[in-house]
Amino acid sequence: MDVMPKWAEVILVPLISLLLAAILSGLVILAIGEDPIAAVKLMVKGALGSTYGWGYTLYYATNFMFTGLAVSVAFHARLFNIGGEGQAMMGGLGVALACLFIPWPHWTLALLGAIVLAGAFGAIWAAIPAYLQAKRGSHIVITTIMFNFIAAAVLNYMLVNVLRPQGSMDPATARFPEVVHLPTLHDILGMVGISFSKAAPANVSLLVAMIACILVWLLIWRTKLGYEIRAYGHSESAAKYAGISPVKITMIAMIISGGLAGMMAINNVMGEAERLVLNATEGAGFIGIAVALMGRSHPLGVFVAAILFGFLYQGGAELALWTSIPRELIVVIQALVILFTGALDNMVRMPLERIFLALRKGNV
Amino acid sequence: MDFFTLIQVLDATVRLAIPLLLACLAGLFSERAGIFDIGLEGKMLAAAFFSAAIASMTGSVWIGLLAGIGASLFLSGIHGLASITFRGNQLISGVAINFLAAGMTVLIAQSWFSQGGRTPSLTGAARFNPINFPGALTTTNEVKAASPLMQVYSELLSGHSLLVYVALLLVPLSWWALYRTRFGLRLRAVGENPAAVDTAGVSVVGLRYAAVAICGILCGIAGAYLSTALQAGFVKDMSAGRGFIALAALIFAKWRPWHALYATFLFGLFQALELRPDVIESVIGIKIQSQFLGALPYIMTVVILAGFVGKAIPPRAGGEPYVKER
Repeated sequence: MDVMPKWAEVILVPLISLLLAAILSGLVILAIGEDPIAAVKLMVKGALGSTYGWGYTLYYATNFMFTGLAVSVAFHARLFNIGGEGQAMMGGLGVALACLFIPWPHWTLALLGAIVLAGAFGAIWAAIPAYLQAKRGSHIVITTIMFNFIAAAVLNYMLVNVLRPQGSMDPATARFPEVVHLPTLHDILGMVGISFSKAAPANVSLLVAMIACILVWLLIWRTKLGYEIRAYGHSESAAKYAGISPVKITMIAMIISGGLAGMMAINNVMGEAERLVLNATEGAGFIGIAVALMGRSHPLGVFVAAILFGFLYQGGAELALWTSIPRELIVVIQALVILFTGALDNMVRMPLERIFLALRKGNV
Repeated sequence: MDFFTLIQVLDATVRLAIPLLLACLAGLFSERAGIFDIGLEGKMLAAAFFSAAIASMTGSVWIGLLAGIGASLFLSGIHGLASITFRGNQLISGVAINFLAAGMTVLIAQSWFSQGGRTPSLTGAARFNPINFPGALTTTNEVKAASPLMQVYSELLSGHSLLVYVALLLVPLSWWALYRTRFGLRLRAVGENPAAVDTAGVSVVGLRYAAVAICGILCGIAGAYLSTALQAGFVKDMSAGRGFIALAALIFAKWRPWHALYATFLFGLFQALELRPDVIESVIGIKIQSQFLGALPYIMTVVILAGFVGKAIPPRAGGEPYVKER
């Protein structure tokens, strides 16, 4: 029997962890001589106070939904995929190739094609570490870290030496043709008569990300494969005994994870930049770790956490614009969230468990 | 390519390998005690910032070094708290530490110096300056004209900062500490079989904290070297993945001190060659992409880890929190 009721496990523990992270972040802002309350007000106004702000918040959130789901799926199989960043870079390469070299008749087909290629590139980049872990026993965390660096080198090579248009000094691909441009939220909401900022980059990828959340939920909790992934994650030996192949689960979980991380590229490369640049991922792959930890690896949690981080990202950009607080504040908040919801989980859990245990004894 | 160019490349190799070596030895102590540490990068970065910042304020590189070690030890303390006391996930803790350092250094640098996340340039006593051996030539032209032996002496052996020689001395010292002392035996045992150490009445928690602290001190020196010896001041993200290359070197070295020296010097050579593409081209006659050289340590680590070239087996209890009386 669990020591804590389910609501405490799902709501209370993450909430206290977040509160600790928030308090510390506030202290950090105080320590650098700024006013935390004013900073939060400015962030809320900048990120949620206009459709322009919302457009950016949701744009960032879309990225984090993909990478957060990617980390979550791997977590369910007790695999720690730190390689989301590299997989998203490779996904970007897939999107760029799809958009530049295939003459699409319409953006819908281009989007489908880009999803397939982005997912495939990301999946391949995750499949190699998965294979090495499953068959050769190399630690997946180390291999995925190495693959992040290798992906950066591959991308650098491809952009500088192969895909860069002639005469351009910028290490980036040419702009994608007009036909593959994705409709933004301005276009979509405009059809039903809601006015939305034209300048904001949030686009149809947001819907794809939300569909991905639902599909991942179905996969993990409503299919046999999802059951096998979770069983393997809970106990490798029990899963083996039940006839679940560790090699198969490791491979499949990582391929799905890498595919999701790669698919992020439809948002940032196809939807926003409309060309592939060197630093396209902007660390979103790593934020996926914080998002997955905060969302307790549940798609709904990931969805909420992704929006929160989208808010932090856009709010942080506004802070950097209007105050002397640099954008790196977000990196600190991200670190504190990972620290408290991930590594120091037991620090919050142990005292809570003691309290609930004492309460239960009192009742009996 | 002439002899002098070779010496120059080797000289750059030494300079670039030293931070890798220090971080690699740091990881060695931690991982040998069963604590995985992917936060080497963050600790180095924090130490690089604090040593440069304090050195520029006080004008003394020694106080700077102490501040750097202090910052690194603080992060080590967090890692110890998370992975030893609260038995959390050591990898996640390492990730958090890396981000914490990446963000905090810029935040504090901006708040203290308002120079876009850097510290003022360090000069004079605020830096570790080169030590010239007696009789060594100092100007490039003089060295170029000297005999090969003199070139090696003046360019390769002499003229490094104190921390370079300290780092090199730390290799035999680490070997001795790990393999010839009681502390070392216990430290290695706690990474292989903590239950046995516990049964023998030795504190697993104490040993692991000691290992994490040593790791913090060494990362601190590595970071201080980056900002006060290799370069004159801190710039944003100046560790530039060195913590991860050190991690790669550690696997390459199969968690052994002398091999850590060889591995880090090999990876240092790659970094030196990355800066001198003309040298490679003149030696092997083919142009090698600099991106490939940059990625080579990572590729080699993957190959080694996969066991294609000798098997790298990590300490058995690595990454596992120790629970008494399970």
